[in-house]
Amino acid sequence: MPIRAFWRDIRFLQVLGQVIFVLLLALAAGFLYANVSANLARQGLTVGYGFITNPASFDIGESYIPYELSDSYGRAILVGLVNTLVVSALGIVLTTMVGIIAGIARLSSNWLISRLAGAYVGVIRNTPLIIQLMFWYFGIILQLPAVRAAVALPGPVYLTQRGLYLPWYEAMPTFDSWKMYVWLALASIVIIWIIFRVLQNRSSLPIPLWWYLAYILVPVLILWIGFILQPEPPLKASIPELTGLNFRGGLRWTPEFAALLFGLVVYTGAFIAEIVRAGIQAISRGQVEAARSLGLTTGQTLRLIILPQALRVIIPPLTSQYLNLAKNSSLAIAIGYPDLFSIAQTVINQTGAVLEVIVIMMLSYLSMSLFTSLLMNIYNNRVRLVER
Amino acid sequence: MRKITTLVTVLALASVLLAACAGAPPVVTDAPTTTAPTSEATATEAPATEAPTAEAEATATAGGAAETTPVAPPVAGGERLQAILDRGTLICGAHGTFQGFGFLDTAGAWTGFDVDFCRAWAAALFNDADAVEFRALSAQDRFTALQSGEVDVLSRNSTWSYTRDAELGLTFGPVTFYDGQAIMARTDIVNDASLGLDALEGANVCVQSGTTTELNLADQFRAAGVNYTPVVFEDQNLAFQAYEEGRCDAITSDRSQLATQGQAVLSNFADHVILDVVMSKEPLGPAVVQGDEKWGDVVHWVVYGMIQAEELGITSENVDEFLTSEDPVIRRLLGVEGELGSKLGLSNDFIYRAVKLVGNYGEVYERNLAVYGLARGQNALWTEGGLMYAPPFR
Repeated sequence: MPIRAFWRDIRFLQVLGQVIFVLLLALAAGFLYANVSANLARQGLTVGYGFITNPASFDIGESYIPYELSDSYGRAILVGLVNTLVVSALGIVLTTMVGIIAGIARLSSNWLISRLAGAYVGVIRNTPLIIQLMFWYFGIILQLPAVRAAVALPGPVYLTQRGLYLPWYEAMPTFDSWKMYVWLALASIVIIWIIFRVLQNRSSLPIPLWWYLAYILVPVLILWIGFILQPEPPLKASIPELTGLNFRGGLRWTPEFAALLFGLVVYTGAFIAEIVRAGIQAISRGQVEAARSLGLTTGQTLRLIILPQALRVIIPPLTSQYLNLAKNSSLAIAIGYPDLFSIAQTVINQTGAVLEVIVIMMLSYLSMSLFTSLLMNIYNNRVRLVER
Repeated sequence: MRKITTLVTVLALASVLLAACAGAPPVVTDAPTTTAPTSEATATEAPATEAPTAEAEATATAGGAAETTPVAPPVAGGERLQAILDRGTLICGAHGTFQGFGFLDTAGAWTGFDVDFCRAWAAALFNDADAVEFRALSAQDRFTALQSGEVDVLSRNSTWSYTRDAELGLTFGPVTFYDGQAIMARTDIVNDASLGLDALEGANVCVQSGTTTELNLADQFRAAGVNYTPVVFEDQNLAFQAYEEGRCDAITSDRSQLATQGQAVLSNFADHVILDVVMSKEPLGPAVVQGDEKWGDVVHWVVYGMIQAEELGITSENVDEFLTSEDPVIRRLLGVEGELGSKLGLSNDFIYRAVKLVGNYGEVYERNLAVYGLARGQNALWTEGGLMYAPPFR
């Protein structure tokens, strides 16, 4: 083999191309960094996270963790992060249900059901989310009756434009000792699940359906025993009541949260419906016919044959829809839900620490998305077709 | 092959270090010269981009303005004024959706109190009140736009406060409007304006995010020992809409804003009452980047000139008659004698231009705010018991 000049060697040229690319990338990054630091220096601005421990002194409408005016900016941002996580987590669960139902409905042989599902997907997928959020919030939820004219449902549950008020509980002093029974009840569910699995592995016959009642009865029994063992009831009912301008007590579901959750679920559900439909249609027709000729019902065919196989096609695109939902939750600011983005905006305005807070936001959303991806990848590996 | 990969990595690291260390100084010096020509070239087309209402603010607030519209180059101390004169237009940060102060109407025209000051500066600089290019800015990105040099001056009902002055690297101009935070509620909840915040126990209060308002709200209710729940919106108009729909019992903002927007947005303004409680001091005024005294002086003295003109009774209609006045104070102010303007690098008749083309302070107030029933109050001249006072022109 003749010795060729190295600059005509394709292997060398490939490496050279990559080196040049990396160099250009590094130069661009260096330029941006230098530009930012030079501009900051010119304006006499300093970058630092010192502000994070200063008192925030602004109020937040709803919070799942204790928060007061005197808490730090860091705490305020955390409140926002938790609010984002709550709406995203609930949204992901609900949108999966909506999406699967709508996706299956689109393939229904019933003309009305399939057309309705088609219309849902068509309308929702083709309008911007922000407009839908505005519609749910201003068009639907704020048009509910005012507080004084609240719709009273049995419970008592009150439906108003300021939110949905449900009876809830209040923790009494004995609540802490009762907590142990709550954990026991949760543990019992896991134990029942393990027992059922063992039983099922031993016998080819399915477990009688009514045995599944154990999932409810056993934990409730444990909770009840714990309840009567305490000297005084650990919980007290908290009933919503109209006092002054608003309802007090009970559990409140704010209109902002409801509109955001509803908007995200409906919007993402339409995309998931299409993914589910595609996944189902990817399963060859012969599988269905084989299942039917074995005597499985339509429901069984769907549950045992189609969906397990369709999942392999569905899960990767489903993951990106979950990520979209979590990131889209930042539109909450338009309708007044105090999510991470909304609170970060307030912090930016009060501290002037634009770069720092944006970095916090990016890291938060990034780690949220990476964590979701990680979970979905683990799940994807489990349902993947194992080749032998 | 592995060796080559290692080589690539080492090279990459070395280049990052080189870029970080050596790259810095040239960037600073290059910045104005490289970006200036592009901004000049596109500045002439700019007025066309001021088109329809909501989208204009949306694009500007999205921060995407850098690509489509000319960007004022970042200028070191003392060079801003020259850069504006070279460019031939003033880039002014304004509100865009706030009737009475900064409003982009359906015809694409900018109107408002703050907007008129932008026109006055343009008139003083270029003898052309329309040589202004407006940027609609949101509450959150207004100071960033100013710091980054995207706008020359911010005239967007911004409160002058210690933190903003000291920490954000800004210099606030003279106060053009003395405002204060107030709270408005429905008459079926509060029927008497003289009631205190106690009347709002347990209320939901709509507020705009990213303003000092949010902070004052918390402070005032805490001081009064009154419980409340804030409902925070990014957009003032959405906050008003939610209040109108009944989501909140009360809405808080600057008194001027409650009065002007309340009349413009609410279906029946008579059903609402603005409480007398003064929740804060909100001196509103223009702001420029700190460290450019020359440009800051121009912003200051044009406003002072308009106040002085009102004090002397000079209006846009009769200003020409005053040119022949014998009074040395008037002659100096209007540039008939003396060289006041040239000391700032401007034409000597810069105040004459601003008053002739835009009007004196009182005219600007009448034109934009009196129609909303906002009395002069604290904003009257000092000679009439108000706070408007201009240092002497000599």
